[in-house]
Amino acid sequence: MSKPESSGPNRSRRRLLSGMAALGAGSLLAGCDRITDNASVKRALGSVEQLTYKAQRLIASRQALAQEFDKSQIAPVFRPNGTTNPQEDYYRAWVESDFADWRLTIDGLVEEPMTLSLDELGAMPSRTQITRHDCVEGWSCIGQWTGVPLADLLDRVRPRDQARFVVFHCADHTYGGSDLYYESLDMVEAYHPQTILAYALNDAALPVANGAPLRLRAERQLGYKQAKYVMRVELVDSFKNIHGGKGGYWEDRGYDWWAGI
Amino acid sequence: MPSGIGPVANPKPDSSPRPASEPEASESSRLIKRHSLGTRLWHWTNFLCLIVLLMSGLQIFNAHPALYWGEQSGFSDPFIAIHAQAGNDGEQRGVVRVAGYTLDTTGVLGLSDDNGQLRQRAFPRWATLPGDKWLTMGRNWHFLAGWIFAPSVVAYLLYTVISRHRRGSIFPTRRQLRAIPRTLVDHARFRFHHEADYNGIQKLTYVLVLFVLLPMMILTGLTMSPSINAAWPLLTELFGGRQSARTLHFIFAFSLVGFFFVHIALVLVSGVFNNLRSMVTGRYRITERPAGPVNREDSHE
Repeated sequence: MSKPESSGPNRSRRRLLSGMAALGAGSLLAGCDRITDNASVKRALGSVEQLTYKAQRLIASRQALAQEFDKSQIAPVFRPNGTTNPQEDYYRAWVESDFADWRLTIDGLVEEPMTLSLDELGAMPSRTQITRHDCVEGWSCIGQWTGVPLADLLDRVRPRDQARFVVFHCADHTYGGSDLYYESLDMVEAYHPQTILAYALNDAALPVANGAPLRLRAERQLGYKQAKYVMRVELVDSFKNIHGGKGGYWEDRGYDWWAGI
Repeated sequence: MPSGIGPVANPKPDSSPRPASEPEASESSRLIKRHSLGTRLWHWTNFLCLIVLLMSGLQIFNAHPALYWGEQSGFSDPFIAIHAQAGNDGEQRGVVRVAGYTLDTTGVLGLSDDNGQLRQRAFPRWATLPGDKWLTMGRNWHFLAGWIFAPSVVAYLLYTVISRHRRGSIFPTRRQLRAIPRTLVDHARFRFHHEADYNGIQKLTYVLVLFVLLPMMILTGLTMSPSINAAWPLLTELFGGRQSARTLHFIFAFSLVGFFFVHIALVLVSGVFNNLRSMVTGRYRITERPAGPVNREDSHE
């Protein structure tokens, strides 16, 4: 950038001061876009996420519950987002057979890996909650979810001591890309009483648009955490070797892993 | 002649050795220390933070350019929506819908120039941070600035309430409140008195901005966080739901933009050099007024 060579020894302080605000604002607007593209600035901006994560862990106790609502507040249509109709052959076949052959696998850093059918999940103790879904875009929608508390499933497979995260592998390729959708929670969020693998929405079997046959509900997190079409739950000590290594489909595309804000 | 004639009432050419905004020496003026270093740092930090917060906030808004009242989004009936739609001639128009009314805002809101092409976007690229549609980077900037802004607002307000000196310089006295009609008349005539203390209108404005608008921005912002909702459910109740909080966040933000423009206008017309100097170096030139009762502010009631 070239600067006009107008500054002499007699330049008045007044002009300097008066120009400061305008200059500050102007260079800020031009500068922010430029430095947004800088890799280390991206990392610095991302480190704010850690601050938010720690602060929110500090004030929201392990047990603090997301608000639950009245049946009368349930939205007439629960707005589906992301993939709404997976076209993968295996998924189409499951839909044809009403998910009779579908199985949930739970493995990774656990003592007793297992697979469960939809009927077996339905036979386990369930939790029903009417909660508000908050999309990262800004909108909200209230629905009633019924499913198995993730904590109960974890108790059955018994995570090993090294397990630090629970990863949810999904059946759908979002927007027809090459990566399958996936998401992850830390152990605090995974054991939270409102964290469930839901098979019913508003007293009916989970529709395909909303993630049939099984989706995650982690009610203290934004919408992109609520993985749909869950096929496999894997316990890991790090995301390093999973897809882009950031712990989720959108995380690999720049979104914060901590979705509490 | 009354003292405190502003630059508009008595303009001087720019080449004048004495800046136009400074009173004549014969009017017995002197420099005082008006703003502490803390206040000045706080002011300019906030200035930067608020610009980043506003522009990144508009980027975030663009991801879902509609506002609602209540807990959730009634998608078919938003309170405010900014989008593009086909006009009567079949051409795309940018429109803002507010409570049932539709305004054509093509070129600025709803449909605007995006790298040489008219594109649907609620706020134009010159108003958002970053300029491209990029929600995650908008969120990153917003939270970075928020983490600087919110703690510094809280610290400043606590200090202002605790310190007797700060209380005196922000909260109006009864005399200043009574003088407000007179101050309004003076402002309408572009007569600005350069005194050590703020006048009643200034103080009420700063109380409103400092103790209402800024805390409300922080609280409505926190209310949009699902984890904060679980930790402090009272916040959502206070604002009547998450979507109401989001709408209020937007309304309070534009109230601050309104304050910003009035603030800038008054800084410009009431002696831009003196005002800027006071917020940069702390020094402010005041005019010593004659002791006679005629010119005393409170004698005009």
